[in-house]
Amino acid sequence: MKKPNFSIGLALKLVLLVLTSVGLIFAAVFAYNYVVSRRIVVRNLEKNAHNLALATVSRIDTILSGVEKVPQNMAALLENLNPDDSTLQEMLRAVVRENWEISGATVAFEPYARGPQKEKSALYAYKQGNRIHVTRFDYDYFYRDWYQIPRELGRPFWSEPYYGAADFNTLMATYSLPFYRRKHGTRKLAGIVSADISLAWLQQTASAIKIAKTGYAFLVSKNGTFVTHPDHNLIMNETIFSMAEARDDPRLRKLGRKMIRGGSGYVPFTSIHTGKDCWLVYEPLSSNGWSLGVLYPRQELMADVTRLNHTVVLLGLSGFVVILLVVVWIARSITGPLRALSLATGQIAEGNLDVPLPPIASRDEVGRLAGSFHHMQVALKKYIRDLSETIASKERIESELKIAHEIQMGILPKVFPPFPEREEFDLWAVMKPAREVGGDFYDFFFMDHDHLCIAIGDVSDKGVPAALFMSMTKTLIQAKSTEGMAPHEVVAALQEDLVSNNPSMMFVTLFLGILDTHTGEFVYCNAGHNPPYVIRSDGGTTRLEMTGGVALGVVDDFDYQSCSIRLQPGDGVLLYTDGVTEAMDADGNLFSETRLEELLAEMDPRTESDFLEKIMERLRAFSGAAPQSDDITMVHLAFFGSVRPGMPSPRKGAGRRPKSSGH
Amino acid sequence: MSAFRHRRAVLALGLAAAILAFCPMVKAGRSGTGGGGLQKAAFIPCWVPHAQFAGYYMALHKGIYRKYGIDLTIIPGGPDRPSQTLLTEGEADFGILGLSIAISMRDRGIRVVNLAQMLQRTPLLLVAKKYSGIRTPRDLNGKKVGLWGGTINQVQPQAFFKKFHVTPVPVRQSYTINLFLRDGVAAASAMWYNEYHTLLMSGLNPDELTTFFFNRYGLDFPEDGIYALEKTCRRDPSLCRAFVQASLEGWRYAFSHRGETLDVIMDNLRRSRIPASRVHQKWMLDRIGDLMLPKDAGGVRGMLREEDYRQVSRTLLDRGLIRKITAFDDFFRPWSGGIQ
Repeated sequence: MKKPNFSIGLALKLVLLVLTSVGLIFAAVFAYNYVVSRRIVVRNLEKNAHNLALATVSRIDTILSGVEKVPQNMAALLENLNPDDSTLQEMLRAVVRENWEISGATVAFEPYARGPQKEKSALYAYKQGNRIHVTRFDYDYFYRDWYQIPRELGRPFWSEPYYGAADFNTLMATYSLPFYRRKHGTRKLAGIVSADISLAWLQQTASAIKIAKTGYAFLVSKNGTFVTHPDHNLIMNETIFSMAEARDDPRLRKLGRKMIRGGSGYVPFTSIHTGKDCWLVYEPLSSNGWSLGVLYPRQELMADVTRLNHTVVLLGLSGFVVILLVVVWIARSITGPLRALSLATGQIAEGNLDVPLPPIASRDEVGRLAGSFHHMQVALKKYIRDLSETIASKERIESELKIAHEIQMGILPKVFPPFPEREEFDLWAVMKPAREVGGDFYDFFFMDHDHLCIAIGDVSDKGVPAALFMSMTKTLIQAKSTEGMAPHEVVAALQEDLVSNNPSMMFVTLFLGILDTHTGEFVYCNAGHNPPYVIRSDGGTTRLEMTGGVALGVVDDFDYQSCSIRLQPGDGVLLYTDGVTEAMDADGNLFSETRLEELLAEMDPRTESDFLEKIMERLRAFSGAAPQSDDITMVHLAFFGSVRPGMPSPRKGAGRRPKSSGH
Repeated sequence: MSAFRHRRAVLALGLAAAILAFCPMVKAGRSGTGGGGLQKAAFIPCWVPHAQFAGYYMALHKGIYRKYGIDLTIIPGGPDRPSQTLLTEGEADFGILGLSIAISMRDRGIRVVNLAQMLQRTPLLLVAKKYSGIRTPRDLNGKKVGLWGGTINQVQPQAFFKKFHVTPVPVRQSYTINLFLRDGVAAASAMWYNEYHTLLMSGLNPDELTTFFFNRYGLDFPEDGIYALEKTCRRDPSLCRAFVQASLEGWRYAFSHRGETLDVIMDNLRRSRIPASRVHQKWMLDRIGDLMLPKDAGGVRGMLREEDYRQVSRTLLDRGLIRKITAFDDFFRPWSGGIQ
């Protein structure tokens, strides 16, 4: 059965096409959403990151530049004043006391700046708990960074971070700047003022920065040393460059170089702490050239977008499933009735016209299709009912025609030899109507003891009207033929009756001959019929001369003539209707007189007992599959003469069977 | 010669050293034998316990000194505890000294003897930034150059300047190289195993630096030898031999177990509260290995070449830093056993 395949195919096709389209559209929408939402987040993130870094950096810078002010003021003061040690001590104490962020302050003089005996002169005030101590440096402070670098550079200097003396855990940094004095008109370096700060607040500021779950900030010094970092092991121990070397990461080294050179940027970066993919924003501190880096863990910051994208995917998939169900439902609603229809029509096709069609209420195409099927079923039923009736009536007509045929055949003489007691002649006839009943006829009868009347005729039409006209003609021939009449007298007698009883203007060709069985004289009258052949005993064949008569039934006063020939013993006459010569093959070629004459020439009617049968056979062979177009009728008269001395009668041969018109 | 950043840290170290130096155990331990028949001894390296002294620390850590019958104490070195002082004063039995310093000590009548010469080449170099225009030694003329303090420390660079007829402006170099990093000097002194790498780890690329390795200019002053006072050798030659052999074995161990050695070094530095990077210590250990095991020498042998000794002595003599050259045999008393 093909039907289930058909329905699955349609539904499957529908589902596949719709879902593929929907899937592609959804994929495109999702891809666009994914890319754009991520781009937006990244862009916003970059802006936020820069803002955060800048805000943090500026907060740190504000404090650092506040710290810078104090030694700067002291330096300005010391340019013009030369306070003694106790005043200097008080100044330093005040500085440390009044500035919370400053944990220590130093004024250190150049060698011998405070007198020829005093090579080293440096006072240092520092906080310890709530107390402020002041001490002197007696080591070679001239060669320490905080002193030497601003001295050599001639400008202020922020030191690298270092661990405080009192507490190894406190990171410190020192800001120091040179101060000058005029001596003999020239401005000469007099010493260095410095302030120490604890970096604890800086570390707190940096470590307070938390981005998402694992994002963090770190600070590297001018040398790249980690000042703050969530991994405390890195602080002071490692530089960004030693990390790069440890990890064999040239990109990190490059980044570090940018950072310590005061660069700022926003770059993708893999955290050395968490190993996660991050964005790194870095920004320099303008005061001391250190650099703040803030790491934004990509995945965590993308979590919202990722969640959104997941939701979108989930929604899309749900929609997909809904569409799948809807499409399957639609497909079913179409293919279900179609399948039922197809099953029902299959049964209709097999002849079961009463099978109920599935009830389809919908008014869509399927509904209309079902309606059409219903109409078709009803129409088919009606048609088949009509057809049955037609067939029944046709059968009735056919059976009637069959009876008519039998009646027609019944009125034709069909027992051969018809006159077995007469040895002077032999007579055979054959008739094959084109339809059940035909318009051809033949007849023979004795008008008296020696005169045999032979007639063959062809009504102008075929079928029942022709058969009736033929019956009438045949009956009239017998009725009009009275002893002693010549053939043209019989024909003339016929013509009046036929014309007067011929409302449908039919006509009939007739050949009527009277044989004197004694003498062999054959008188005949031809009323528009094919001239019969005379087959001489020596094999010659001639046509009987026409008598110039027209067909009967049209004119009632035609003057018919008779002709006569004398048949010699052994001669024969073949009478036929035009159904013989006008028999057609499949190509429309006529059998023709020529073929008939050839056939007659090659046969000897005196020895051929089934002479007519053979002609019929030849005709059948000629026509092949082509339908018989006209009634075929032939009559063969073989004349033996009244005296046949010493000659065995050929017609008494064994096996001669009676000829019938055959059908 | 230090990774140190600032005075406070140095002060703190000084304090710690003072506590250690006056610890009665250490002092007492120096004389006589301890428990288990081990002989007590003290050793002072010339700087903080970084990878420059990995061999000694590994020998201690792995019990090699004990194996040789020594109950050794390593006194942590540093800027405030010069090895020459501790050795002179008898605080330490053994110490690490540079060859030139040792020769000058002998000249001053402090009879130290070289028991083993560890570094076969000088690690000292001058480094400059290419962008300051210094490409050849002559470019140093008139430029500020950072030199470490102490007359002896300046012998090599001064000989270098003289060789190229240049007169730079010397600036005394602190324990950091920040002055150089901040462009306070055009060139700075550096140890190949230490400051040079610190520069790299501060963001300078090797191709941005011009280097003058002194050993490439015929000024190869071998550093880091193991020294003891002559009287210690005379009094206890077996201790000296044991110390040298144990130290050499320690070095051999360190070079063949670099990962483990770095673990120990990093641990020591962390416990001493000295900022340290493993990468830097690895560089130091590797370079010390290069300097100790030059390709033409067969492993750690502790040999002092007489020509090196003569060259350094002659240079010092020429500069008037010593009065006469001590006989080589009198100066070098190899106790590396079996090698001679």
